Amino acid sequence: MALLIRNGRVIDPASSTDEVLDLLVDDGTIREIGKDIVAGEGAVADEIDASGLVVAPGLIDIHTHLREPGEEYKETIQTGSLAAAAGGFTSIACMANTKPVNDNAAVTKFIVETAAREACVNVLPVAAITKGLKGEHLAEIGELKETGAVALSDDGKTIASAQVMRLGLEYAKTFSMPVMCHCQDEELSAGGVMNEGIPSTYLGMRGIPPLSEEIIVARDIAISEWVGHPVHIAHVSTAGSVRILREAKARGVRVTAETAPHYFTLTDEAVAGFSTSTKMYPPLRSREDVEAIKEGLRDGTLDVIASDHAPHSTLEKEVEFDKAAFGIIGLETSLALSLELVRDSVLTLSQLLGKMTIQPARVLGLDKGSLRAGADADITIIDPEFEYTVEAHSLQSKSKNTPFLGRQLKGRAVYTIVGGKAAFSLNP
Amino acid sequence: MVMLGKDLLGIHDLTPDQISLVLDTALSMKEVSAREIKKVPTLRGKTVINLFYEPSTRTRTSFELAGKRLSADVINISAGSSSVVKGETLEDTGRNLQAMNPDLIVLRHASAGAPQLLAKMLPSSIINAGDGAHEHPTQALLDAFTIRERKQTLQGLTVVIAGDITHSRVARSNIDLLLKMGATVRVCGPRTMVPLYIEKMGVTFVPRLEEAIEGADVIMMLRIQMERQRGSLFPSIREYSRFFGLNREKLKHARDDVLIMHPGPVNRGVEISPELLDSPYTIILDQVTNGVAIRMALMYLLIGK
Ligand SMILES: [Zn+2]
Repeated sequence: MALLIRNGRVIDPASSTDEVLDLLVDDGTIREIGKDIVAGEGAVADEIDASGLVVAPGLIDIHTHLREPGEEYKETIQTGSLAAAAGGFTSIACMANTKPVNDNAAVTKFIVETAAREACVNVLPVAAITKGLKGEHLAEIGELKETGAVALSDDGKTIASAQVMRLGLEYAKTFSMPVMCHCQDEELSAGGVMNEGIPSTYLGMRGIPPLSEEIIVARDIAISEWVGHPVHIAHVSTAGSVRILREAKARGVRVTAETAPHYFTLTDEAVAGFSTSTKMYPPLRSREDVEAIKEGLRDGTLDVIASDHAPHSTLEKEVEFDKAAFGIIGLETSLALSLELVRDSVLTLSQLLGKMTIQPARVLGLDKGSLRAGADADITIIDPEFEYTVEAHSLQSKSKNTPFLGRQLKGRAVYTIVGGKAAFSLNP
Repeated sequence: MVMLGKDLLGIHDLTPDQISLVLDTALSMKEVSAREIKKVPTLRGKTVINLFYEPSTRTRTSFELAGKRLSADVINISAGSSSVVKGETLEDTGRNLQAMNPDLIVLRHASAGAPQLLAKMLPSSIINAGDGAHEHPTQALLDAFTIRERKQTLQGLTVVIAGDITHSRVARSNIDLLLKMGATVRVCGPRTMVPLYIEKMGVTFVPRLEEAIEGADVIMMLRIQMERQRGSLFPSIREYSRFFGLNREKLKHARDDVLIMHPGPVNRGVEISPELLDSPYTIILDQVTNGVAIRMALMYLLIGK
């Protein structure tokens, strides 16, 4: 059955399209994009009037944690996908630090099959580089790819040994697998619970220095150059990392990088009330870092905005700050927080959507993230003016660990269409 | 009229007027402690729970004595020995204690922010008796009281805090209080034990002790944790005491009427040489005595009305 989306402002960063157009979807595929599309008599079952709305390629989040298998009380593949759809995401890549770790084909297969059965968005497993995320022995990367893993990452951990990292990249290169790096020198950050900065000095809490991120960003870029296989730097949070990435890109190094909305929205001053919803890795940084992250997004040093959605229950979060788990949820707030960048004139709307659609697709080598005839009908329709307050009870995610509860947000997905079907609509 | 809030969580939350109120109230409490019958009925019928997650005989005893001199019922619960606490989260323990309907809980805990967590949860008043390396407000208040006793005012004094600043809640609370009351603060110690951004707190960092105490009115020596040596924060006790310990030779740089303080317990011969420990410059025992008066004052101000 066909679906006609009328009169929306179609923004497709991949083709630099930005004009009011109609879009015809049929059989899970975009059939036609153009002005005043006339569908054959009786051929259109459904019509969406998108006047005043933005019609964008389905958003892609390349960094989420879905907690299934193993910690289903925090999030399942199903509830994570519902949160994704509510946040406008049509595809999400889920990290390997489940229990058991996604370091073998059986776990990847479980995720792929569970997602096919229960998820309302595309779920793309990211598999571990090393067995058990231990940084010692390589996982069976060839078989993981064959089973459906789209990329590799030991996210949550850094491969401490440069030699193992080199071998991992070489082996990943053999199978053309994208590699995403969580950058944290675990000795420099040992015992740290927040950014090492002025607030940590007042609070007397052990700091995680920006240095612990930057030293690994620099190392991984160096190894990547040596091996000749690109790396993608996950959740960049510091001015120093942005500078290192900018210099590498200027030299022509093939490296990409992401940041998350909290790193350009909040500073480490938010930790002062000891709310464990302000605890994540990397930690919230200083005002200068926040400005550098915005500049990195503006000048293209940072290619992608990812949520780093990391659900935790009250068991892990309603405890003393230093004992609380790292991580916050983000799928349902990412888009609105990122739209702030457009209102602040850091990015144009098209640039922003590029960092949430075609650019993450390119990092993972996916044939998604653009609106053109013949493409998968993954489409997100956004009302940039829609205002709402973040409330625990209205979040789809099983966990409510976000520092943005009670925050007034502007802009949200009103329809999330996956493979031609509505996975979410604001007023069903 | 100046008053305190429901809790005393840190110096951070206090205004200079509130600090003065506590110090002034402690004056009359000290007078009670000097009587032959060291007890007044002020807190009769009130319940105080000392909830200590870290061992500390000296601070716990001081609170216990303070409560008893005001006729409160004082119960001590320490994490090591009590089934109330074992395996329970702080939240659950707090709820359990609340069921006993205490008026005041004195909390010592290894995690920064633990008193804030408890205070948000419970209607009882909370006094922070030390949370991680964050704050130890009663220590800073008793230090201020002790200095004021000798120097009449804090305004305009130069105070040096020397030692492991990074891991010291005593240092943080003292810095905050002294600056609020108009003193100048210098911190001293090896860079490995002084936070990178310490000067943003409004103090001056002077790494060498001889220079730091130049013209100082007060020197607060912090206790060195021997186990920090394993983390390579300093090479040896011998080298530490040679460069960062206080002795008669170094003391020549300070004012003639300088006061030497220490939150205790002292590592004799490490932070302070034995000869100085036993000299009239050193007022560590005054600090202990005044600790009871300050804690009585706080109990009175928080739950006495
Ligand atoms: Zn990570």
